[in-house]
Amino acid sequence: MPQQLNRLAIVFVILIGSLIGARHYLVPKTFGALGHYRAAAIEANAAKPLVYAGHEACEMCHSDVVKTHDNAHHKSVACEVCHGAQAAHVESPTDHKPPAPRQRAFCPLCHAYDASRPTGFPQIDPVSHNPGRPCISCHNPHAPVPPHTPQECSACHGEIARTKALSQHAGLPCTTCHKVEEKHKISPPLSTPSKPQNREFCGQCHGKEAKAAAEIARVDMSTHGERYVCWQCHYAHSPEAK
Amino acid sequence: MSTEPNRAPDGPGSPEEVSQDRRDFLKQCMAAAPLLLTCVCVAEAAAAGATDESYKPEEHYYGMGIDVNKCIGCGRCADACKTENNVPREPFYFRTWVERYVLTTEGETVVTSPNGGIDGFPSSISEKGILRTFFVPKLCNHCANPPCVQVCPVGATFITRDGVVLVDKDYCIGCRYCIQACPYGARFLHPVTHTAEKCTFCYHRVVQGKVPACVEVCPTGARIFGDVRTRSSPLARFTRFNEIQVLKPQLNTEPKVYYANLDGEVR
Amino acid sequence: MSPDLVQQLANVLRQVSGYIYPNEVELQWGLLVVVYPYITGLVAGAFILASLERVFSVKEVEPTYRLALLTALAFLLVAPLPLLLHLGHPERSFEIFLTPNVHSAMAMFGFVYAWYLAVVLLLEIWFDYRKDLVLWARNEHGLLKWIHLILTLGATDISEGAVRFDRKAVRFITIIGIPSAFLLHGYVGFIFGSVKANPWWSSVLIPVVFLFSAMVSGIGMVLMIYLLTGLVRRSLEMTCLDKLASFLFYALVVDFSLEILDFIHRLYEAEESIKILGTLIATRLFLSLVVLQALAGTALPLICLAFVSPVFGRRALVRFPEELRRLLYLASATLIQIGIFSTRWNVVIGGQLFSKSLRGLTVYKMELMGLEGFFVSVLLLAAPFLILYILVKILPPWKDVPGTPVPEQVPGD
Repeated sequence: MPQQLNRLAIVFVILIGSLIGARHYLVPKTFGALGHYRAAAIEANAAKPLVYAGHEACEMCHSDVVKTHDNAHHKSVACEVCHGAQAAHVESPTDHKPPAPRQRAFCPLCHAYDASRPTGFPQIDPVSHNPGRPCISCHNPHAPVPPHTPQECSACHGEIARTKALSQHAGLPCTTCHKVEEKHKISPPLSTPSKPQNREFCGQCHGKEAKAAAEIARVDMSTHGERYVCWQCHYAHSPEAK
Repeated sequence: MSTEPNRAPDGPGSPEEVSQDRRDFLKQCMAAAPLLLTCVCVAEAAAAGATDESYKPEEHYYGMGIDVNKCIGCGRCADACKTENNVPREPFYFRTWVERYVLTTEGETVVTSPNGGIDGFPSSISEKGILRTFFVPKLCNHCANPPCVQVCPVGATFITRDGVVLVDKDYCIGCRYCIQACPYGARFLHPVTHTAEKCTFCYHRVVQGKVPACVEVCPTGARIFGDVRTRSSPLARFTRFNEIQVLKPQLNTEPKVYYANLDGEVR
Repeated sequence: MSPDLVQQLANVLRQVSGYIYPNEVELQWGLLVVVYPYITGLVAGAFILASLERVFSVKEVEPTYRLALLTALAFLLVAPLPLLLHLGHPERSFEIFLTPNVHSAMAMFGFVYAWYLAVVLLLEIWFDYRKDLVLWARNEHGLLKWIHLILTLGATDISEGAVRFDRKAVRFITIIGIPSAFLLHGYVGFIFGSVKANPWWSSVLIPVVFLFSAMVSGIGMVLMIYLLTGLVRRSLEMTCLDKLASFLFYALVVDFSLEILDFIHRLYEAEESIKILGTLIATRLFLSLVVLQALAGTALPLICLAFVSPVFGRRALVRFPEELRRLLYLASATLIQIGIFSTRWNVVIGGQLFSKSLRGLTVYKMELMGLEGFFVSVLLLAAPFLILYILVKILPPWKDVPGTPVPEQVPGD
């Protein structure tokens, strides 16, 4: 073998040999056991301390509050949403006392009116809804039933009410078209208000022969929008809107 | 050839005495061995500590369901996540966040996420001209075919047997390739540890049978956590009764966060 | 968390237009990651130029052979530095050698780099210089003698057979070296091109575009160095320079065609990302892409070289006097460097300036100080020249200096 290759071979053998040797010492022990990663990292991730205790932990000592809470409107709201992360309190109850939010600014985080919130979710305008008074003076946070059953539909369906108020249907009460049972006002999911089912319903006011006020717009029900129900084109809460 | 050092035959330091000392010492070691072994075992058990011995990762495969129609954009989830996982509070690092979409009648889509939604959303948008509007919570999708795991050069991020994508922050070199590869913007570089970080499904809670912090505090039950493959888990019910979408399906990352009622405008 | 970083990111947040994911405020890959592909591009390009002479027997560029190799080596030695400086934990960077993830393009870096440095570049330089090293070690005194002696690695046989072996080895290594050079820079392009999450990067063409723009920058760099050193030493062969300029032109034509192809393809398909990318080019990237990369860095040098250098045969389209030609070559090569650097900037930074939600744009605030700052990058770009200076002193590439043995033509090559 030519002298050059000889010398080069020596150099390369030393280099590669030391790399392989170093590898033996430097690759972490648990690497590759479960996959291309350090298996010990799973434990490292799992061993972090809890900061939130989880609502199951509260029942051990506060079963009476939990019972009330679980049968009321806030049953899906975990204790720590309002009382903060309390794993420390569960560890040593007397050393760490959970705070309770009593100021007005807290409840609107969920309950302030926001157009992006789903319709029917209980929302109020924090500026005009009993200004100055803390929310808890009327609503028990563990059973937040409103002190008076709302009578106006606009209390929960504000956006619809506001839209309707600017339309030709402004003068019509909601009950003109929707039959509402009283229990809907107390617990909305229990009873859904009815909606008109057919063209004839609208025809009661808008048909050519209808016995209704003279200023109401009339159409020939037999030809106008023949195959469709009225609300497929006309949004009933703002029927003239384009 | 070495010469014997000069020594008195049976005095102190003599070969016989040294041998006897050695034997005594070895006997003492043997006696101490059971105690030592016990100590080692206890120490190991303590180190194994947090994970209950009864938690079997191969029995689970986790995912999350999100019902967009239930989200009220209160931001409690994003806040709880930062609290539980000690994430820096600055508005540049999020393991989970909430986006608000406003689609106007003019055809425009405006998306916002002020501080990830932690302080709520300013509700000053006018109602006129809104076609649709809703909130969408986002987080790491813990993909079954994760592009972030594919590109990590050293094997510092991985998917566990129970379907959670984790980061080994003692091995990560901070090259940021995984952050580039994530199509969902779920990862960030932690400003203090200089390693990649992201949602872990609160793995430290999950192995103890608890739910992630965001799921715990969601007041409307918009987030559902559970086993993807079990027939009777809240997540299984959720995926049975809802039409499910995932984010960016065309990238074939096989996300395990399943959205119900997801609008087509969401990216 | 440092208050500076908070302030910086808060500033960026204020300048966001549209919507970006909350974690996208901090740009992940900054100036250092722009510098790295630029440097490896120069390495690959300089090596390809050297191989032109050895493998494709382009005799005119022979004066630049050794210079190109040394240039490649100088830049290659600096290449890992921007990467190390950019890592969150550079002290763990050796993990890439210990546990490389075979599915990750980035994991290739350690091995491709080591292969290229040790097996291709260092070996080729060693074989090519070996005979001279032995002769220099015999005739010199002092420190230089010892350096040269050590560099021979004890292989001091310079018989005809040994030198013939050297030549064969060089040819063999160059042939292996060409695909290795492609790999060295192509894998960087693949790192970007394979990120399906990013529509600006995810493209089959990116590795190829990277490669050809690397060749352009490498040839341009060797041209500049040869021209400037030749002027300083007052020995410059115009035929060599003309040939270099021609090759620069050819490479630029291919590079330009590939980039135009990518552009046309994107416009034609007009898939979802086109809107935000169009806004990106029109606003954030206008200066660096339209002005620096396309006009100043590609169009202008193309036109100049087309007319000034002998691209279509032995004579140029327009005959310019030598001095003016040299000036125009230097200007073109400089513009090309700016253009190729802008290309890297537009790919790396540009790809992070728009949100993956496709709904917004952010900004990149380049720092002046600090590891990711402007001054460190200037230092990193200047360091190879310093290294080249030292290399040229230890391993002179010139053949016209008295005392420098000219490699003899051994019959039967």
